[in-house]
Amino acid sequence: MAALGVATGGGDWFSALALGVTLLKCLLIPTYHSTDFEVHRNWLAITHSLPISQWYYEATSEWTLDYPPFFAWFEYALSHVAKYFDQEMLNVRNLNYSSSRTLLFQRFSVIFTDTLFVYAVHECCKCIDGKKAGRELTEKPKFILSVLLLWNFGLLIVDHIHFQYNGFLSGLMLLSIARLFQKRHKEGAFLFAVLLHFKHIYLYVAPAYGVYLLRSYCFTANKPDGSIRWNSFSFLRLISLGLIVFLVSALSLGPFLALNQLPQVFSRLFPFKRGLCHAYWAPNFWALYSALDKVLSIIGLELKFLDPSKIPKASMTSGLVQQFQHTVLPSVTPLATLICTLIAILPSIFCLWFKPQGPRGFLRCLILCALSSFMFGWHVHEKAILLAVLPMSLLSVGKAGDASIFLILTTTGHYSLFPLLFTAPELPIKILLMLLFTIYSVSSLKTLFRKEKPLFNWMETFYLLGLGPLEVFCEFVFPFTSWKLKYPFIPLLLTSVYCAVGITYAWFKLYVSVLTDPPVGKTKKQ
Amino acid sequence: MFGDYEAQRHWQEITINLPIKQWYFNGSDNNLQYWGLDYPPLTAYHSLLCAYVAKFINPDWIALHTSRGYESQAHKLFMRATVLIADLLIYIPAVVLYCCCLKEISTKKKIANALCILLYPGLILIDYGHFQYNSVSLGFALWGVLGVSYDWDLLGSLAFCLAINYKQMELYHSLPFFCFLLGKCFKKGLKGKGFVLLIKLACTVVASFILCWLPFFTEREQTLQVLRRLFPVDRGLFEDKVANIWCTFSVFLKIRDILPHHIQIMISFCFTFLSLLPTCIKLTLHPSPKGFKFTLVSCALSFFLFSFQVHEKSILLVSLPVCLVLREIPFMSTWFLLVSTFSMLPLLLKDELLMPSVVTVMAFFIACATSFSIFEKTSEEELQLKSFSISVRKYFPCFTFFPRIIRHLFLISVMTMVLLTLMTVTLDPPQKLPDLFSVLVCFVSCLNFLFFLVYFNIIIMWDSKNGRNQKKIN
Repeated sequence: MAALGVATGGGDWFSALALGVTLLKCLLIPTYHSTDFEVHRNWLAITHSLPISQWYYEATSEWTLDYPPFFAWFEYALSHVAKYFDQEMLNVRNLNYSSSRTLLFQRFSVIFTDTLFVYAVHECCKCIDGKKAGRELTEKPKFILSVLLLWNFGLLIVDHIHFQYNGFLSGLMLLSIARLFQKRHKEGAFLFAVLLHFKHIYLYVAPAYGVYLLRSYCFTANKPDGSIRWNSFSFLRLISLGLIVFLVSALSLGPFLALNQLPQVFSRLFPFKRGLCHAYWAPNFWALYSALDKVLSIIGLELKFLDPSKIPKASMTSGLVQQFQHTVLPSVTPLATLICTLIAILPSIFCLWFKPQGPRGFLRCLILCALSSFMFGWHVHEKAILLAVLPMSLLSVGKAGDASIFLILTTTGHYSLFPLLFTAPELPIKILLMLLFTIYSVSSLKTLFRKEKPLFNWMETFYLLGLGPLEVFCEFVFPFTSWKLKYPFIPLLLTSVYCAVGITYAWFKLYVSVLTDPPVGKTKKQ
Repeated sequence: MFGDYEAQRHWQEITINLPIKQWYFNGSDNNLQYWGLDYPPLTAYHSLLCAYVAKFINPDWIALHTSRGYESQAHKLFMRATVLIADLLIYIPAVVLYCCCLKEISTKKKIANALCILLYPGLILIDYGHFQYNSVSLGFALWGVLGVSYDWDLLGSLAFCLAINYKQMELYHSLPFFCFLLGKCFKKGLKGKGFVLLIKLACTVVASFILCWLPFFTEREQTLQVLRRLFPVDRGLFEDKVANIWCTFSVFLKIRDILPHHIQIMISFCFTFLSLLPTCIKLTLHPSPKGFKFTLVSCALSFFLFSFQVHEKSILLVSLPVCLVLREIPFMSTWFLLVSTFSMLPLLLKDELLMPSVVTVMAFFIACATSFSIFEKTSEEELQLKSFSISVRKYFPCFTFFPRIIRHLFLISVMTMVLLTLMTVTLDPPQKLPDLFSVLVCFVSCLNFLFFLVYFNIIIMWDSKNGRNQKKIN
């Protein structure tokens, strides 16, 4: 009785937060799930029923395996538990099979694998200092960070409603970041290498890891003014890192190399036949570009500068994933997006090389890499914003400037996820959860930094408040107007463009703060 | 599955399409056998209001005759939204105001208290899972309690009259209100201010009833028909399985079949009033807000255990006052609220609410355990049993182990509940006794409720002036 009392009544707020959000996830089990549910069921079936040589060739279902081999092994491991729930889901021919036991198993597997995420958050909390702590528990940075990460709205609705496994993958990334903060560089490198072979989208942030490890780990010391000391280069460290990456890759791709299937694997992992924009435009630079193109083409048609017969029929907003051309502005190719992305991440990489500021500088570079590739990448999903939002939470409890950027990025990023849940029963859930998270994050960060200048200027406040009327218009007013039939894509277009403005602004502000930061005076952490 | 959801939708259909005079009568357009109206007029007016909104959005939802069994995602969202709006407007503000007005505790504890009350699983599951509007009647009753406790007697009694006119089950709470207000009038002196107050209260009550029932007072037949629908005395002592004395007793002795109807009514009447008489008399003689809340609990519990035609959902009428005393006896209140949710298990399983029940019960338990540190508050004084145990020790000097007994009982009770839940979910009942698990659930809950009845009566009767003086000295 006493032990129970201590466990429940004592000070273990972290367990209470983790348990609370787990209970909420259990309540979300019967909600709407997207086609990603069928995707993962299919992968369970493929990995369970077929030999390895068939995994990347199987195409009975349209949802072919397009994640790296470690994820396939993960699904294989899950399938051995799945067979006790419902044997039928492991049949490759059972397309769109979703019995109640299948649903229960899949949802529980996401909730269970989130344990890694909880552990990673626990480790991250150890890495931030509590100097600004008030006496109240709820004002401590550790507490705020735990809530912002564990109860993150985007992660909740993408993982537990829409259905994906981002929880444990983000957990791996946060854990590797935490290890780098704790100076356990080899473990951090190992974790990131493993992560890359789970989901290759994390290639976006690989440059940050590479440059940081090279600059701050392989070069063991700096000159007093912070610049590089060439003779402190340690070959041993470089080789150990290389060995780690090589061994992990060998473990992952080795079997497929032996089967001579590497080209097939790579063609599955990097499908460039899809279009510039997803069916719903991710709120990045290309959304603004396409919107501008549309506006210019309409103006051009009105002013008779353009010939209507020369305009291609395929419209980007019709919701299909196909290749298309822009009308007024030059069309964008995959190569162009790659070049834009590289140009965008270069300044942050240079900053990391020439002005290393320890793990904190690395974290900022990582976030900038993730954001820049979100801004300029090819066929970006709006869910990729979580790659930037989650690490940014770590920075937000440190400085007021970072907190303000974090709030703009998170609020617009989360709002841009709304079109993922378009069903009626999920409407109150997404609005309520979003309101809860936004109100909490704004109020707690404002309280934390109340002694410094206010977090938002009037323009930013106005922009954020504008999300409310936008939501009311898109979900409540628009369906009752006559435009619903003529221009059904308007809510998506408006959401995409409005959020793109916010995200671009946050990216820009973060870049400016990184580039104008005073160098190296703060090597206390090193 | 057609249940309360379809009943509410049907009432919207009836109220908006038919004139008031036909609402409670059997007719070609209104088949009373198919979910006929059996709540007082305020429910009907509420349904009418919702029906107007439904008509604006999609008239198909409430078209006469053709909309029976209508189910679509948008309609479900609408109906659930009506429950949420009613909750937000009536129940939640009452809870928040109640917690704000608590004295001598910090803001953080007030918020924790409000959170625990709002997290009570029973109300959430029944209102949002099963589908009902209990939050409206309970909210009005809570406004009544607030008004009367803080000397806004007229407004309080008005709110309580609204509660009764929304659901007739609120009559379970009527005796404590009556006794408390009567006690206040006596205290103020029946020759002066007390008499004025009494007259004012009587006028308020009569006026509010007339206002609600106005369309039905035009003809005697109308009034009688409504009363017949509200109090179906033709039905038996109990229906279905409920954690009631009579249902439990009928496991051993089938009184429903043995005794004639009017004797059953008389027996239940006698038992109910005998069990609540002591506390009500005490409340009349010594009216105090604290005594009022505890008397609400014991009266409602007496009615639940011994009254006529009780439904398992009526336990919510007992749970509301128990939520109000969460601050004073956290351990016992949390225990009671857990048992009350458990007693509705067969109903929740029928609605496929197992996962939400487990999750909300766990969340509630964790919230209460962390906010109130309930496991540290099991001493005699914390359980308000000090005066009682002093009296007992006059006869049995070595009787000092109340806390230990109660802790053991709690453990046994919780283990039994968990075990029964597991058994009901995983096992199939034997062929000869298909209702075995429901009956077991009712039996166990009934035993728990009897224990709580005795406990609450003890607290009220032994909460003497000595206790109050001792607190002042401390």
